[in-house]
Amino acid sequence: MSRFPVTRTALILAALGWPAVAAADALTGQTEQQAANWPAILMFSAFVLATLGITRWAAGRVRSASDFYTAGGGITGFQNGLAIAGDYMSAASFLGISAQIFADGYDGLIYSTGFLVGWPILLFLLAERLRNLGRYTFADVASFRFAQTPVRLFAAFSTLAVVLFYLIAQMVGAGQLIKLLFGLPYTYAVLIVGALMTCYVLFGGMIATTWVQIIKAVMLLGCASFMAFAVLWNFGFSPEALFAKAVEIKTGIAAAGGAAPEEAAAKGLSIMGPGGFIKDPLSAISFGMALMFGTAGLPHILMRFFTVPDAKEARKSVLWATGWIGYFYILTFIIGFGAITFVASNPDYLMPDGTLKGGGNMAAIHLASAIGGDIFLGIVSAVAFATILAVVAGLTLSGASAVSHDIYASVVKKGAANSADELKVSRYTVPVLAILAILLGIAFEKQNVAFMVSLAFALAASGNFPVLVMSLLWDGCTTRGVVVGGFVGVVLALVLTILSPAIWVAVLGHAEPIFPYSSPTIFSMTAAFLTIWLVSFADKSGRATVDRAGYPAQRVRAETGIGAAGASDH
Amino acid sequence: MERPGEGQEAEAPAGTHDIEQDERYRRLVTTRSRFGWRLTILMLVIYFGYILLIAFEPHILARQLGDGVTSLGIPLGLGVILAGIALTAIYVRRANKVFDRDLDALRRDYGA
Repeated sequence: MSRFPVTRTALILAALGWPAVAAADALTGQTEQQAANWPAILMFSAFVLATLGITRWAAGRVRSASDFYTAGGGITGFQNGLAIAGDYMSAASFLGISAQIFADGYDGLIYSTGFLVGWPILLFLLAERLRNLGRYTFADVASFRFAQTPVRLFAAFSTLAVVLFYLIAQMVGAGQLIKLLFGLPYTYAVLIVGALMTCYVLFGGMIATTWVQIIKAVMLLGCASFMAFAVLWNFGFSPEALFAKAVEIKTGIAAAGGAAPEEAAAKGLSIMGPGGFIKDPLSAISFGMALMFGTAGLPHILMRFFTVPDAKEARKSVLWATGWIGYFYILTFIIGFGAITFVASNPDYLMPDGTLKGGGNMAAIHLASAIGGDIFLGIVSAVAFATILAVVAGLTLSGASAVSHDIYASVVKKGAANSADELKVSRYTVPVLAILAILLGIAFEKQNVAFMVSLAFALAASGNFPVLVMSLLWDGCTTRGVVVGGFVGVVLALVLTILSPAIWVAVLGHAEPIFPYSSPTIFSMTAAFLTIWLVSFADKSGRATVDRAGYPAQRVRAETGIGAAGASDH
Repeated sequence: MERPGEGQEAEAPAGTHDIEQDERYRRLVTTRSRFGWRLTILMLVIYFGYILLIAFEPHILARQLGDGVTSLGIPLGLGVILAGIALTAIYVRRANKVFDRDLDALRRDYGA
């Protein structure tokens, strides 16, 4: 391992100033196509071959709808915890958060905390009850005692909305990243991602998806651990020494940019505290709510709780997932600061104007090269790509199950579809979703799609989360209440996002946003809860009586699992 | 439209009605849900306390600890992450040790 002495002369590179890079555009900024990176291509090919091998093995085991949606319920809590971590730790969090820390320091940690704190809430309020009540999708749970058609339609609508926005963000990110890392044209990159995710999901269903996510989680955690270890090793395992060096480098960059010594020192030290992340307090709280409660409402995450045999394993899954994800974000924090010390002052990684080669999101990738040379750079690039594949596979499966289980089997066939037909509809849906994702990925190539991930979280926090909490925990809740309230939450979150600065100003080019805050969740989620309560309260229909009468039986099963269909094979 | 929910679709579990009257069931559900809500509120207070500090008093987090550059925000931010993991572990531990034992007894008596 080579140490990189920081030479002050290198700081001259920053003479033209230091444009801040927000994590938001870390995966969406335009990137330049690079020369082919052979170690990365070899590593990635090995990953693809291994996962296709697993898919082939899994394909022989997918015989029923239950195998396809939930791996027959035969995944252990430990495996599921890793798979959840693999489903959740996206390339956006690995590259985006380390890039955010690289640019602004402390602010990246605020994102990390938000991405973590939804997990305990999911465990305390939902996880075990979900497992006891549901079979394949969260709509099984949300519609348990309600009229099927309207609740399923709401659930399918909100699932597809969340999945599509999340998927577009991942596809565009994948295209840019692959163009950059592997030297492949954008369109090819998007096509490769689409084709691979189709293979995994279509043939291997949840079994293959789970193992792709587990392998990816292990690879990503391994790489991130190595990088963080290498960074800390260079500073004698003293975080203070790491931070001090980072501050020194940022101070030097500011001074080289023409700042007076005192100003430069203040600028350098500013990376140790909150900075531009907070524009106004209300946006901060609203964004925090979206991250926290959105996590507990993401359909592809909720679906993972049906892959374990019982509530006890569901509970263990969350503990493992929370542990891995928390560990990962702590590593990301070290990696971000490590990137400041290794990369920010090294001319090898900088453009003449002082910005990062390849764009702001490259901080972690350059750090990999700085500590482990071309081979490790290749490994980390391949891991970043594998990360995207695992996430899009989970999303596609969740979208396909919303169409086949919630719309086809529950609404069209009124619950009387046979397993083989339901499976067939799922399998037709997968390529349709993939083609849609590819086309949208190509259409949005030049767009800034950063808002789409936060939009997906806002939608999940404003629709699925209130609907689940109210239907599970409030006996007075009715069909009309959850459907009206759920739609109000989702539509309001969507409309307010369109009217917010991220779209109204940045995309549509208007001068002033109509909705001034950066996140809608504090309004849309509150509106959803209030609407569910108010509409249920005022609901005097015959259905409402049935809904309320169904609560005690639902509660017994939710709390004890008595009467739950065993999801495992035995 | 007025199709019964999935609960009714599956074979109606024997003794659903009786179990509701069972003192052990009531105690388990009350204790567990109170425990779950307490931990939920604790997590909300920790996280939104942190977010409110960032929103209204960011300089507190930027303040240096001792002579070095490490700010108060570092242990606090990492503390939020560790608190999330710790609360999750506390819940799982109690559920595994206490709630599951009571639940198993109920499941034996009412047939799961």
